[in-house]
Amino acid sequence: MKRKAFDILRRLLILLLVIWTVVSLVTLLIEMVPGDPATAILGEQATEEMRTQFRQKHGLDRPAFFFSYNAEEGGLRWHGADNRYVDYWRALLRGDMGRSFRTDRPVVELILSRYGATIQLALAALFVAVLIAIPLGVLAGTNRGRWLDSALSVVALVGISLPSFVIGPLFIYVFAVWLGWLDPSGRFGWSSIILPAVTLGAALSALLTRMVRSSVIEELGEDYVRTARAKGLGERTVVYKHVLKNGLIPVVTVLGLQLGVLLAGAIITEKIFNWPGLGLLLVDEGIGKRDYRLVQGCVLVISVTYIFANTVTDLLYRRLDPRIRVS
Amino acid sequence: MNRLAIAGLVFIVLLSLVALLAPAIATHDVGATNLAARYLPPDSKHWLGTDATGRDVFSRVVYGARISLRVGLVVVAVSAVIGTAIGALAGFYGGWVDRVVSGYLFNVFLAFPGLLLAIAMVAFLGAGINKLILALCVIGWVGYARVMRGQVLKVREYDFVQAARALGARDWRILFVHILPNAVQPLIVQASLGMAGAVLSEASLSFLGLGVPPPAPSWGVMLEEARDLTTLQLAPHAMLVPGAAIALTVLAFNFLGDGLREYLDPRQRRR
Repeated sequence: MKRKAFDILRRLLILLLVIWTVVSLVTLLIEMVPGDPATAILGEQATEEMRTQFRQKHGLDRPAFFFSYNAEEGGLRWHGADNRYVDYWRALLRGDMGRSFRTDRPVVELILSRYGATIQLALAALFVAVLIAIPLGVLAGTNRGRWLDSALSVVALVGISLPSFVIGPLFIYVFAVWLGWLDPSGRFGWSSIILPAVTLGAALSALLTRMVRSSVIEELGEDYVRTARAKGLGERTVVYKHVLKNGLIPVVTVLGLQLGVLLAGAIITEKIFNWPGLGLLLVDEGIGKRDYRLVQGCVLVISVTYIFANTVTDLLYRRLDPRIRVS
Repeated sequence: MNRLAIAGLVFIVLLSLVALLAPAIATHDVGATNLAARYLPPDSKHWLGTDATGRDVFSRVVYGARISLRVGLVVVAVSAVIGTAIGALAGFYGGWVDRVVSGYLFNVFLAFPGLLLAIAMVAFLGAGINKLILALCVIGWVGYARVMRGQVLKVREYDFVQAARALGARDWRILFVHILPNAVQPLIVQASLGMAGAVLSEASLSFLGLGVPPPAPSWGVMLEEARDLTTLQLAPHAMLVPGAAIALTVLAFNFLGDGLREYLDPRQRRR
Protein backbone atom coordinates (compact mmCIF):
# COMPACT_ATOMS: atom_id res chain seq x y z
CA MET A 1 0.00 0.00 0.00
CA LYS A 2 2.75 2.39 0.97
CA ARG A 3 4.65 1.36 -2.13
CA LYS A 4 1.62 2.01 -4.32
CA ALA A 5 1.14 5.49 -2.89
CA PHE A 6 4.81 6.19 -3.42
CA ASP A 7 4.55 5.02 -7.03
CA ILE A 8 1.60 7.29 -7.78
CA LEU A 9 3.38 10.18 -6.09
CA ARG A 10 6.46 9.55 -8.21
CA ARG A 11 4.35 9.56 -11.38
CA LEU A 12 2.69 12.81 -10.36
CA LEU A 13 6.08 14.38 -9.68
CA ILE A 14 7.33 13.38 -13.12
CA LEU A 15 4.07 14.71 -14.58
CA LEU A 16 4.63 18.08 -12.91
CA LEU A 17 8.26 18.17 -14.03
CA VAL A 18 7.27 17.41 -17.62
CA ILE A 19 4.56 20.07 -17.64
CA TRP A 20 6.96 22.60 -16.14
CA THR A 21 9.47 21.78 -18.88
CA VAL A 22 6.86 22.12 -21.61
CA VAL A 23 5.63 25.49 -20.36
CA SER A 24 9.21 26.75 -20.00
CA LEU A 25 10.09 25.59 -23.50
CA VAL A 26 7.01 27.21 -24.97
CA THR A 27 7.69 30.46 -23.12
CA LEU A 28 11.35 30.62 -24.03
CA LEU A 29 10.99 29.47 -27.65
CA ILE A 30 9.47 32.83 -28.51
CA GLU A 31 12.88 34.35 -27.77
CA MET A 32 14.29 32.36 -30.67
CA VAL A 33 12.19 34.19 -33.25
CA PRO A 34 14.72 35.75 -35.61
CA GLY A 35 14.52 39.52 -35.55
CA ASP A 36 11.84 41.50 -33.78
CA PRO A 37 8.36 39.94 -33.33
CA ALA A 38 6.75 43.39 -33.47
CA THR A 39 8.22 44.03 -36.93
CA ALA A 40 7.31 40.53 -38.05
CA ILE A 41 3.69 41.10 -37.14
CA LEU A 42 3.13 44.77 -37.93
CA GLY A 43 5.24 44.73 -41.10
CA GLU A 44 8.13 46.90 -42.23
CA GLN A 45 5.89 49.93 -42.79
CA ALA A 46 4.83 50.23 -39.15
CA THR A 47 6.13 53.28 -37.34
CA GLU A 48 8.41 52.97 -34.34
CA GLU A 49 5.55 54.27 -32.20
CA MET A 50 3.24 51.48 -33.31
CA ARG A 51 5.89 48.93 -32.58
CA THR A 52 6.56 50.27 -29.10
CA GLN A 53 2.87 50.27 -28.37
CA PHE A 54 2.57 46.69 -29.59
CA ARG A 55 5.48 45.55 -27.44
CA GLN A 56 4.05 47.28 -24.40
CA LYS A 57 0.64 45.75 -24.91
CA HIS A 58 1.90 42.20 -25.11
CA GLY A 59 4.62 42.62 -22.52
CA LEU A 60 7.38 42.18 -25.09
CA ASP A 61 9.22 45.24 -23.72
CA ARG A 62 9.93 43.44 -20.48
CA PRO A 63 13.01 41.31 -19.86
CA ALA A 64 12.65 37.75 -21.12
CA PHE A 65 14.04 35.85 -18.17
CA PHE A 66 15.43 36.23 -14.65
CA PHE A 67 18.72 37.46 -16.06
CA SER A 68 20.00 38.68 -19.37
CA TYR A 69 23.41 38.98 -20.93
CA ASN A 70 24.48 41.93 -23.00
CA ALA A 71 28.17 42.51 -23.63
CA GLU A 72 27.72 46.24 -24.36
CA GLU A 73 25.69 47.01 -21.25
CA GLY A 74 28.17 45.47 -18.87
CA GLY A 75 27.55 41.73 -19.09
CA LEU A 76 25.16 39.83 -16.89
CA ARG A 77 22.13 41.68 -15.54
CA TRP A 78 19.72 40.41 -12.92
CA HIS A 79 16.03 41.28 -13.33
CA GLY A 80 14.45 39.30 -10.53
CA ALA A 81 10.86 38.13 -10.81
CA ASP A 82 10.04 41.09 -13.04
CA ASN A 83 10.23 39.17 -16.32
CA ARG A 84 8.14 37.63 -19.10
CA TYR A 85 8.76 34.07 -18.00
CA VAL A 86 7.15 34.78 -14.63
CA ASP A 87 4.43 36.86 -16.34
CA TYR A 88 3.42 33.91 -18.50
CA TRP A 89 3.29 31.54 -15.52
CA ARG A 90 1.26 33.99 -13.43
CA ALA A 91 -1.28 34.49 -16.20
CA LEU A 92 -1.41 30.77 -16.94
CA LEU A 93 -2.28 29.94 -13.34
CA ARG A 94 -5.24 32.31 -13.72
CA GLY A 95 -6.27 30.45 -16.88
CA ASP A 96 -5.07 33.24 -19.15
CA MET A 97 -2.86 32.56 -22.15
CA GLY A 98 -2.59 36.11 -23.35
CA ARG A 99 -4.18 37.75 -26.35
CA SER A 100 -3.71 36.81 -29.98
CA PHE A 101 -1.12 39.05 -31.67
CA ARG A 102 -3.32 39.24 -34.75
CA THR A 103 -6.96 39.29 -33.73
CA ASP A 104 -6.54 40.54 -30.15
CA ARG A 105 -8.95 37.86 -28.93
CA PRO A 106 -8.02 35.87 -25.82
CA VAL A 107 -6.02 32.79 -26.85
CA VAL A 108 -8.00 30.61 -24.42
CA GLU A 109 -11.22 31.55 -26.22
CA LEU A 110 -9.75 30.70 -29.65
CA ILE A 111 -8.50 27.36 -28.39
CA LEU A 112 -11.73 26.40 -26.66
CA SER A 113 -13.68 27.10 -29.84
CA ARG A 114 -11.56 24.48 -31.66
CA TYR A 115 -10.84 21.94 -28.95
CA GLY A 116 -14.03 19.91 -29.36
CA ALA A 117 -13.45 19.30 -33.06
CA THR A 118 -10.00 17.84 -32.42
CA ILE A 119 -11.18 15.56 -29.61
CA GLN A 120 -14.10 14.43 -31.78
CA LEU A 121 -11.71 13.60 -34.63
CA ALA A 122 -9.29 11.72 -32.36
CA LEU A 123 -12.05 9.64 -30.79
CA ALA A 124 -13.60 8.87 -34.18
CA ALA A 125 -10.18 7.75 -35.43
CA LEU A 126 -9.78 5.53 -32.38
CA PHE A 127 -13.18 4.00 -33.07
CA VAL A 128 -12.34 3.36 -36.72
CA ALA A 129 -9.03 1.78 -35.75
CA VAL A 130 -10.67 -0.64 -33.31
CA LEU A 131 -13.42 -1.45 -35.78
CA ILE A 132 -10.85 -2.48 -38.38
CA ALA A 133 -8.25 -4.04 -36.11
CA ILE A 134 -10.25 -6.50 -34.03
CA PRO A 135 -11.75 -8.60 -36.83
CA LEU A 136 -8.55 -8.48 -38.90
CA GLY A 137 -6.35 -9.31 -35.91
CA VAL A 138 -8.57 -12.24 -34.92
CA LEU A 139 -8.60 -13.46 -38.51
CA ALA A 140 -4.81 -13.34 -38.69
CA GLY A 141 -4.33 -14.90 -35.25
CA THR A 142 -6.67 -17.82 -35.82
CA ASN A 143 -5.12 -18.50 -39.23
CA ARG A 144 -1.57 -18.27 -37.96
CA GLY A 145 1.05 -19.25 -40.50
CA ARG A 146 -1.35 -19.52 -43.44
CA TRP A 147 -1.30 -17.22 -46.43
CA LEU A 148 -4.11 -15.07 -44.99
CA ASP A 149 -1.96 -14.33 -41.94
CA SER A 150 1.07 -13.40 -44.05
CA ALA A 151 -1.03 -11.24 -46.35
CA LEU A 152 -2.59 -9.41 -43.40
CA SER A 153 0.78 -8.80 -41.75
CA VAL A 154 2.16 -7.26 -44.96
CA VAL A 155 -0.95 -5.08 -45.23
CA ALA A 156 -0.42 -4.02 -41.60
CA LEU A 157 3.22 -3.10 -42.20
CA VAL A 158 2.27 -1.10 -45.29
CA GLY A 159 -0.45 0.62 -43.25
CA ILE A 160 2.02 1.61 -40.55
CA SER A 161 4.42 3.01 -43.14
CA LEU A 162 1.84 5.02 -45.06
CA PRO A 163 1.78 8.55 -43.65
CA SER A 164 -1.54 10.35 -43.30
CA PHE A 165 -0.56 13.01 -45.83
CA VAL A 166 -0.26 10.25 -48.43
CA ILE A 167 -3.43 8.37 -47.46
CA GLY A 168 -5.49 11.56 -47.05
CA PRO A 169 -5.11 13.01 -50.56
CA LEU A 170 -5.51 9.47 -51.93
CA PHE A 171 -8.87 9.14 -50.14
CA ILE A 172 -9.93 12.57 -51.37
CA TYR A 173 -9.03 11.52 -54.90
CA VAL A 174 -10.93 8.22 -54.72
CA PHE A 175 -13.99 9.11 -52.61
CA ALA A 176 -14.51 12.79 -53.36
CA VAL A 177 -13.09 13.42 -56.83
CA TRP A 178 -13.51 10.06 -58.52
CA LEU A 179 -16.57 8.49 -56.89
CA GLY A 180 -18.06 11.72 -55.57
CA TRP A 181 -19.46 10.04 -52.45
CA LEU A 182 -18.04 12.30 -49.75
CA ASP A 183 -17.04 15.91 -49.21
CA PRO A 184 -13.34 16.54 -49.85
CA SER A 185 -12.91 18.81 -46.84
CA GLY A 186 -14.53 20.85 -44.10
CA ARG A 187 -16.88 19.94 -41.28
CA PHE A 188 -20.50 19.99 -42.40
CA GLY A 189 -22.73 16.93 -42.08
CA TRP A 190 -22.03 13.77 -40.12
CA SER A 191 -20.41 12.18 -43.16
CA SER A 192 -17.60 14.74 -43.35
CA ILE A 193 -15.80 13.10 -40.43
CA ILE A 194 -15.47 9.74 -42.23
CA LEU A 195 -12.46 10.51 -44.40
CA PRO A 196 -10.44 12.38 -41.73
CA ALA A 197 -11.19 9.70 -39.13
CA VAL A 198 -10.15 6.84 -41.41
CA THR A 199 -7.02 8.73 -42.47
CA LEU A 200 -5.98 9.44 -38.90
CA GLY A 201 -6.91 5.97 -37.68
CA ALA A 202 -5.29 3.99 -40.50
CA ALA A 203 -1.80 3.70 -39.01
CA LEU A 204 -3.22 2.90 -35.59
CA SER A 205 -5.49 0.20 -37.00
CA ALA A 206 -2.46 -1.43 -38.61
CA LEU A 207 -0.56 -1.33 -35.33
CA LEU A 208 -3.55 -2.69 -33.40
CA THR A 209 -4.10 -5.50 -35.90
CA ARG A 210 -0.58 -6.74 -35.14
CA MET A 211 -1.23 -6.50 -31.41
CA VAL A 212 -4.60 -8.27 -31.51
CA ARG A 213 -3.02 -11.00 -33.62
CA SER A 214 -0.18 -11.76 -31.23
CA SER A 215 -2.53 -11.46 -28.26
CA VAL A 216 -4.95 -13.98 -29.81
CA ILE A 217 -2.11 -16.39 -30.61
CA GLU A 218 -0.83 -16.17 -27.07
CA GLU A 219 -4.23 -16.71 -25.46
CA LEU A 220 -5.12 -19.62 -27.78
CA GLY A 221 -2.33 -21.60 -26.16
CA GLU A 222 -3.79 -21.20 -22.65
CA ASP A 223 -5.41 -24.01 -20.67
CA TYR A 224 -8.79 -22.35 -20.41
CA VAL A 225 -9.11 -22.45 -24.19
CA ARG A 226 -8.61 -26.21 -24.15
CA THR A 227 -11.23 -26.50 -21.43
CA ALA A 228 -13.69 -24.39 -23.38
CA ARG A 229 -13.15 -26.47 -26.49
CA ALA A 230 -13.40 -29.69 -24.49
CA LYS A 231 -16.80 -28.80 -23.17
CA GLY A 232 -17.96 -28.54 -26.72
CA LEU A 233 -18.12 -24.79 -27.34
CA GLY A 234 -18.00 -23.71 -30.95
CA GLU A 235 -14.74 -22.15 -32.15
CA ARG A 236 -16.51 -18.82 -32.66
CA THR A 237 -17.63 -18.68 -29.03
CA VAL A 238 -14.19 -19.71 -27.81
CA VAL A 239 -12.48 -16.95 -29.76
CA TYR A 240 -14.94 -14.12 -29.31
CA LYS A 241 -16.16 -14.86 -25.78
CA HIS A 242 -13.07 -16.21 -24.07
CA VAL A 243 -9.92 -15.36 -25.96
CA LEU A 244 -10.80 -11.79 -26.91
CA LYS A 245 -11.85 -10.88 -23.39
CA ASN A 246 -8.41 -11.69 -22.05
CA GLY A 247 -6.50 -10.77 -25.13
CA LEU A 248 -7.80 -7.22 -25.29
CA ILE A 249 -6.22 -6.04 -22.02
CA PRO A 250 -2.85 -5.08 -23.54
CA VAL A 251 -4.67 -3.64 -26.55
CA VAL A 252 -6.67 -1.30 -24.32
CA THR A 253 -3.48 0.19 -22.91
CA VAL A 254 -2.04 0.84 -26.31
CA LEU A 255 -5.33 2.49 -27.22
CA GLY A 256 -4.99 4.96 -24.37
CA LEU A 257 -1.39 5.72 -25.18
CA GLN A 258 -2.27 6.13 -28.83
CA LEU A 259 -4.96 8.69 -28.07
CA GLY A 260 -2.09 11.07 -27.37
CA VAL A 261 -0.38 10.16 -30.63
CA LEU A 262 -3.66 10.74 -32.46
CA LEU A 263 -3.94 14.22 -30.97
CA ALA A 264 -0.52 15.12 -32.32
CA GLY A 265 -1.18 13.38 -35.63
CA ALA A 266 -4.43 15.30 -35.95
CA ILE A 267 -2.39 18.39 -36.83
CA ILE A 268 -1.60 16.98 -40.27
CA THR A 269 -4.99 15.35 -40.82
CA GLU A 270 -6.79 18.58 -39.95
CA LYS A 271 -4.63 20.42 -42.46
CA ILE A 272 -5.41 17.88 -45.20
CA PHE A 273 -9.18 17.97 -44.68
CA ASN A 274 -9.51 21.54 -43.48
CA TRP A 275 -10.98 20.15 -40.27
CA PRO A 276 -11.44 23.14 -37.94
CA GLY A 277 -9.59 21.81 -34.88
CA LEU A 278 -6.57 22.81 -32.82
CA GLY A 279 -4.09 21.59 -35.41
CA LEU A 280 -5.51 23.79 -38.13
CA LEU A 281 -5.60 26.71 -35.68
CA LEU A 282 -1.93 26.10 -34.88
CA VAL A 283 -0.74 25.73 -38.48
CA ASP A 284 -2.91 28.21 -40.38
CA GLU A 285 -3.77 30.92 -37.87
CA GLY A 286 -0.77 30.53 -35.56
CA ILE A 287 2.32 29.64 -37.56
CA GLY A 288 1.00 30.82 -40.92
CA LYS A 289 0.24 34.31 -39.63
CA ARG A 290 3.14 34.42 -37.16
CA ASP A 291 0.76 34.79 -34.25
CA TYR A 292 3.32 33.59 -31.73
CA ARG A 293 1.06 34.00 -28.71
CA LEU A 294 -1.47 31.70 -30.33
CA VAL A 295 1.27 29.19 -31.25
CA GLN A 296 2.37 29.11 -27.61
CA GLY A 297 -1.17 28.40 -26.46
CA CYS A 298 -1.85 25.68 -29.04
CA VAL A 299 1.43 23.85 -28.42
CA LEU A 300 0.82 24.03 -24.70
CA VAL A 301 -2.74 22.72 -24.84
CA ILE A 302 -1.96 19.91 -27.30
CA SER A 303 1.02 18.68 -25.30
CA VAL A 304 -0.69 18.91 -21.92
CA THR A 305 -3.68 16.96 -23.30
CA TYR A 306 -1.25 14.39 -24.67
CA ILE A 307 0.64 14.08 -21.40
CA PHE A 308 -2.60 13.90 -19.46
CA ALA A 309 -4.07 11.14 -21.67
CA ASN A 310 -0.90 9.08 -21.26
CA THR A 311 -0.78 9.42 -17.49
CA VAL A 312 -4.45 8.57 -17.02
CA THR A 313 -4.07 5.49 -19.24
CA ASP A 314 -1.07 4.37 -17.28
CA LEU A 315 -2.82 4.70 -13.93
CA LEU A 316 -6.02 3.07 -15.23
CA TYR A 317 -4.09 0.19 -16.68
CA ARG A 318 -2.50 -0.53 -13.33
CA ARG A 319 -5.98 -0.77 -11.82
CA LEU A 320 -7.44 -2.85 -14.63
CA ASP A 321 -4.93 -5.65 -14.75
CA PRO A 322 -4.52 -7.39 -11.39
CA ARG A 323 -1.27 -8.97 -12.54
CA ILE A 324 0.36 -5.57 -12.77
CA ARG A 325 -1.23 -4.28 -9.61
CA VAL A 326 0.38 -7.10 -7.65
CA SER A 327 3.82 -6.87 -9.18
CA MET B 1 17.93 -11.74 -43.41
CA ASN B 2 14.31 -12.10 -44.47
CA ARG B 3 13.18 -11.35 -47.99
CA LEU B 4 11.40 -8.12 -47.14
CA ALA B 5 14.57 -6.73 -45.56
CA ILE B 6 16.59 -7.64 -48.67
CA ALA B 7 13.95 -5.95 -50.83
CA GLY B 8 14.18 -2.88 -48.59
CA LEU B 9 17.97 -2.85 -48.89
CA VAL B 10 17.85 -3.15 -52.68
CA PHE B 11 15.36 -0.28 -52.85
CA ILE B 12 17.54 1.89 -50.61
CA VAL B 13 20.64 1.20 -52.72
CA LEU B 14 18.75 2.07 -55.91
CA LEU B 15 17.33 5.21 -54.32
CA SER B 16 20.79 6.29 -53.20
CA LEU B 17 22.09 5.83 -56.75
CA VAL B 18 19.18 7.88 -58.08
CA ALA B 19 19.99 10.63 -55.58
CA LEU B 20 23.70 10.62 -56.42
CA LEU B 21 23.15 10.58 -60.18
CA ALA B 22 20.14 12.92 -60.14
CA PRO B 23 21.59 15.40 -62.68
CA ALA B 24 22.20 12.56 -65.16
CA ILE B 25 18.83 10.87 -64.60
CA ALA B 26 16.51 13.89 -64.52
CA THR B 27 15.07 14.70 -67.93
CA HIS B 28 14.04 18.29 -67.24
CA ASP B 29 15.00 21.32 -65.17
CA VAL B 30 13.24 20.80 -61.80
CA GLY B 31 12.26 24.45 -61.43
CA ALA B 32 11.24 25.14 -65.03
CA THR B 33 7.54 25.96 -65.14
CA ASN B 34 5.72 25.76 -68.45
CA LEU B 35 2.17 27.04 -68.48
CA ALA B 36 1.57 25.49 -71.88
CA ALA B 37 2.32 22.04 -70.46
CA ARG B 38 0.24 21.96 -67.28
CA TYR B 39 -1.46 18.81 -65.95
CA LEU B 40 -0.01 16.61 -68.70
CA PRO B 41 -0.49 12.85 -68.26
CA PRO B 42 2.59 10.62 -68.44
CA ASP B 43 3.97 10.26 -71.97
CA SER B 44 7.30 9.77 -73.74
CA LYS B 45 8.43 13.35 -73.10
CA HIS B 46 7.29 13.64 -69.46
CA TRP B 47 7.62 10.09 -68.09
CA LEU B 48 5.48 10.80 -65.05
CA GLY B 49 3.52 13.74 -66.44
CA THR B 50 3.59 17.35 -65.27
CA ASP B 51 2.13 19.23 -62.30
CA ALA B 52 -0.08 22.33 -61.95
CA THR B 53 2.66 24.66 -63.20
CA GLY B 54 3.93 22.37 -65.94
CA ARG B 55 7.00 21.10 -64.08
CA ASP B 56 8.24 17.61 -64.89
CA VAL B 57 7.12 15.26 -62.06
CA PHE B 58 9.76 12.60 -62.80
CA SER B 59 12.69 15.01 -62.54
CA ARG B 60 11.30 16.53 -59.36
CA VAL B 61 10.85 13.17 -57.67
CA VAL B 62 14.41 12.22 -58.65
CA TYR B 63 15.81 15.41 -57.11
CA GLY B 64 13.48 14.99 -54.14
CA ALA B 65 15.36 11.80 -53.24
CA ARG B 66 18.41 13.99 -52.63
CA ILE B 67 16.58 16.16 -50.11
CA SER B 68 15.00 13.21 -48.29
CA LEU B 69 18.20 11.20 -48.02
CA ARG B 70 20.35 14.21 -47.16
CA VAL B 71 18.07 15.28 -44.33
CA GLY B 72 17.74 11.67 -43.18
CA LEU B 73 21.49 11.00 -43.18
CA VAL B 74 22.44 14.23 -41.41
CA VAL B 75 19.70 13.82 -38.80
CA VAL B 76 20.58 10.17 -38.15
CA ALA B 77 24.33 10.87 -38.00
CA VAL B 78 24.07 13.85 -35.68
CA SER B 79 21.43 12.38 -33.38
CA ALA B 80 23.26 9.04 -33.27
CA VAL B 81 26.55 10.65 -32.22
CA ILE B 82 24.95 12.92 -29.61
CA GLY B 83 22.53 10.26 -28.36
CA THR B 84 25.22 7.59 -28.15
CA ALA B 85 27.54 9.88 -26.21
CA ILE B 86 24.85 10.92 -23.73
CA GLY B 87 23.52 7.38 -23.34
CA ALA B 88 27.02 5.99 -22.85
CA LEU B 89 27.93 8.57 -20.21
CA ALA B 90 24.66 8.01 -18.34
CA GLY B 91 25.01 4.24 -18.39
CA PHE B 92 28.73 4.20 -17.63
CA TYR B 93 28.92 6.69 -14.79
CA GLY B 94 25.44 6.21 -13.31
CA GLY B 95 24.79 8.39 -10.27
CA TRP B 96 23.35 11.88 -10.75
CA VAL B 97 24.28 12.00 -14.45
CA ASP B 98 22.09 8.98 -15.03
CA ARG B 99 19.34 10.33 -12.86
CA VAL B 100 19.19 13.55 -14.89
CA VAL B 101 19.37 11.78 -18.25
CA SER B 102 17.16 8.73 -17.76
CA GLY B 103 15.02 10.01 -14.90
CA TYR B 104 14.29 13.46 -16.31
CA LEU B 105 15.30 13.90 -19.97
CA PHE B 106 13.98 10.53 -21.17
CA ASN B 107 10.68 11.08 -19.38
CA VAL B 108 10.26 14.57 -20.78
CA PHE B 109 10.99 13.50 -24.34
CA LEU B 110 8.81 10.40 -24.05
CA ALA B 111 5.92 12.38 -22.63
CA PHE B 112 6.06 14.98 -25.38
CA PRO B 113 4.86 14.31 -28.93
CA GLY B 114 8.02 14.52 -31.06
CA LEU B 115 6.35 15.94 -34.15
CA LEU B 116 4.75 18.73 -32.10
CA LEU B 117 8.12 19.71 -30.63
CA ALA B 118 9.63 19.85 -34.11
CA ILE B 119 6.66 21.91 -35.35
CA ALA B 120 6.98 24.29 -32.39
CA MET B 121 10.71 24.78 -32.94
CA VAL B 122 10.35 25.46 -36.64
CA ALA B 123 7.38 27.75 -35.93
CA PHE B 124 9.56 30.05 -33.88
CA LEU B 125 12.88 29.62 -35.71
CA GLY B 126 11.34 29.95 -39.16
CA ALA B 127 11.28 27.39 -42.00
CA GLY B 128 14.41 26.19 -43.77
CA ILE B 129 16.32 22.99 -44.30
CA ASN B 130 18.95 23.56 -41.60
CA LYS B 131 16.42 24.56 -38.96
CA LEU B 132 14.40 21.51 -39.91
CA ILE B 133 17.48 19.31 -39.42
CA LEU B 134 18.14 20.95 -36.06
CA ALA B 135 14.57 20.33 -34.90
CA LEU B 136 14.68 16.69 -35.99
CA CYS B 137 17.99 16.15 -34.17
CA VAL B 138 16.55 17.63 -30.99
CA ILE B 139 13.78 15.02 -31.02
CA GLY B 140 15.94 12.27 -32.56
CA TRP B 141 18.82 11.76 -30.13
CA VAL B 142 16.68 10.22 -27.36
CA GLY B 143 16.17 6.90 -29.14
CA TYR B 144 19.91 6.34 -29.52
CA ALA B 145 20.61 7.43 -25.96
CA ARG B 146 18.10 4.91 -24.60
CA VAL B 147 19.51 2.06 -26.68
CA MET B 148 23.09 2.96 -25.80
CA ARG B 149 22.41 3.35 -22.09
CA GLY B 150 20.76 -0.07 -21.97
CA GLN B 151 23.65 -1.67 -23.82
CA VAL B 152 26.28 -0.06 -21.61
CA LEU B 153 24.48 -1.19 -18.47
CA LYS B 154 24.47 -4.73 -19.86
CA VAL B 155 28.00 -4.90 -21.26
CA ARG B 156 29.56 -3.07 -18.30
CA GLU B 157 29.14 -6.15 -16.14
CA TYR B 158 30.68 -8.61 -18.61
CA ASP B 159 33.82 -10.42 -17.46
CA PHE B 160 36.10 -8.99 -20.11
CA VAL B 161 35.18 -5.42 -19.15
CA GLN B 162 35.79 -6.21 -15.49
CA ALA B 163 39.10 -7.77 -16.53
CA ALA B 164 40.10 -4.66 -18.49
CA ARG B 165 39.22 -2.52 -15.51
CA ALA B 166 41.26 -4.76 -13.21
CA LEU B 167 44.20 -4.37 -15.58
CA GLY B 168 43.98 -0.64 -15.03
CA ALA B 169 42.45 0.51 -18.34
CA ARG B 170 41.21 4.09 -18.32
CA ASP B 171 37.49 4.92 -18.52
CA TRP B 172 37.62 6.20 -22.10
CA ARG B 173 39.50 3.10 -23.24
CA ILE B 174 36.92 0.81 -21.63
CA LEU B 175 34.12 2.83 -23.23
CA PHE B 176 35.53 3.04 -26.75
CA VAL B 177 37.46 -0.21 -27.09
CA HIS B 178 35.41 -2.60 -25.02
CA ILE B 179 31.87 -1.35 -24.63
CA LEU B 180 31.09 0.60 -27.80
CA PRO B 181 31.85 -2.20 -30.31
CA ASN B 182 29.50 -4.45 -28.38
CA ALA B 183 26.70 -1.92 -28.53
CA VAL B 184 26.92 -1.18 -32.26
CA GLN B 185 24.38 -3.74 -33.44
CA PRO B 186 21.26 -2.33 -31.79
CA LEU B 187 22.44 1.14 -32.81
CA ILE B 188 22.44 0.06 -36.47
CA VAL B 189 18.85 -1.13 -36.11
CA GLN B 190 17.94 2.14 -34.45
CA ALA B 191 19.64 4.08 -37.25
CA SER B 192 17.67 2.25 -39.93
CA LEU B 193 14.37 2.90 -38.18
CA GLY B 194 15.62 6.45 -37.52
CA MET B 195 16.10 7.02 -41.25
CA ALA B 196 12.47 6.02 -41.81
CA GLY B 197 11.41 8.43 -39.06
CA ALA B 198 13.53 11.30 -40.36
CA VAL B 199 12.36 10.91 -43.97
CA LEU B 200 8.78 10.83 -42.71
CA SER B 201 9.21 13.87 -40.44
CA GLU B 202 10.91 15.87 -43.18
CA ALA B 203 8.04 15.14 -45.53
CA SER B 204 5.45 15.91 -42.82
CA LEU B 205 6.97 19.27 -41.94
CA SER B 206 7.53 20.21 -45.57
CA PHE B 207 3.94 19.21 -46.28
CA LEU B 208 2.79 21.59 -43.53
CA GLY B 209 4.94 24.31 -45.07
CA LEU B 210 7.36 24.22 -42.14
CA GLY B 211 10.24 22.33 -43.66
CA VAL B 212 12.05 22.72 -46.94
CA PRO B 213 10.55 25.83 -48.53
CA PRO B 214 9.05 25.58 -52.02
CA PRO B 215 9.87 25.48 -54.88
CA ALA B 216 12.47 22.94 -53.76
CA PRO B 217 11.34 19.49 -54.95
CA SER B 218 10.90 17.95 -51.50
CA TRP B 219 8.40 15.10 -51.69
CA GLY B 220 6.36 16.67 -48.90
CA VAL B 221 6.21 19.98 -50.80
CA MET B 222 5.22 18.19 -54.01
CA LEU B 223 2.36 16.43 -52.22
CA GLU B 224 1.15 19.66 -50.68
CA GLU B 225 1.22 21.42 -54.06
CA ALA B 226 -0.72 18.63 -55.77
CA ARG B 227 -3.57 18.08 -53.32
CA ASP B 228 -5.95 20.83 -54.43
CA LEU B 229 -9.11 19.59 -56.13
CA THR B 230 -8.23 20.87 -59.61
CA THR B 231 -4.88 19.09 -59.63
CA LEU B 232 -6.43 15.93 -58.16
CA GLN B 233 -8.99 15.98 -60.93
CA LEU B 234 -6.71 16.79 -63.85
CA ALA B 235 -3.38 15.29 -62.77
CA PRO B 236 -3.71 12.78 -59.91
CA HIS B 237 -0.22 11.47 -60.75
CA ALA B 238 1.30 14.70 -59.42
CA MET B 239 0.03 13.59 -55.96
CA LEU B 240 0.42 9.82 -56.39
CA VAL B 241 4.06 9.84 -57.46
CA PRO B 242 5.60 11.72 -54.50
CA GLY B 243 3.18 9.90 -52.17
CA ALA B 244 4.42 6.55 -53.44
CA ALA B 245 8.04 7.73 -53.16
CA ILE B 246 7.59 8.67 -49.49
CA ALA B 247 5.68 5.49 -48.65
CA LEU B 248 8.17 3.18 -50.40
CA THR B 249 11.20 4.85 -48.82
CA VAL B 250 9.74 4.72 -45.32
CA LEU B 251 8.62 1.13 -45.89
CA ALA B 252 12.08 0.13 -47.16
CA PHE B 253 13.88 1.53 -44.10
CA ASN B 254 11.29 -0.04 -41.77
CA PHE B 255 11.64 -3.45 -43.49
CA LEU B 256 15.42 -3.19 -43.29
CA GLY B 257 15.35 -2.16 -39.63
CA ASP B 258 12.94 -4.94 -38.65
CA GLY B 259 14.95 -7.48 -40.65
CA LEU B 260 18.24 -6.36 -39.12
CA ARG B 261 16.81 -6.60 -35.64
CA GLU B 262 15.73 -10.18 -36.24
CA TYR B 263 19.01 -11.04 -37.93
CA LEU B 264 21.26 -9.52 -35.30
CA ASP B 265 19.31 -10.91 -32.37
CA PRO B 266 19.15 -14.69 -32.80
CA ARG B 267 16.59 -15.01 -30.01
CA GLN B 268 14.11 -13.09 -32.12
CA ARG B 269 14.81 -15.08 -35.27
CA ARG B 270 11.74 -17.02 -36.28
CA ARG B 271 11.60 -20.63 -37.56
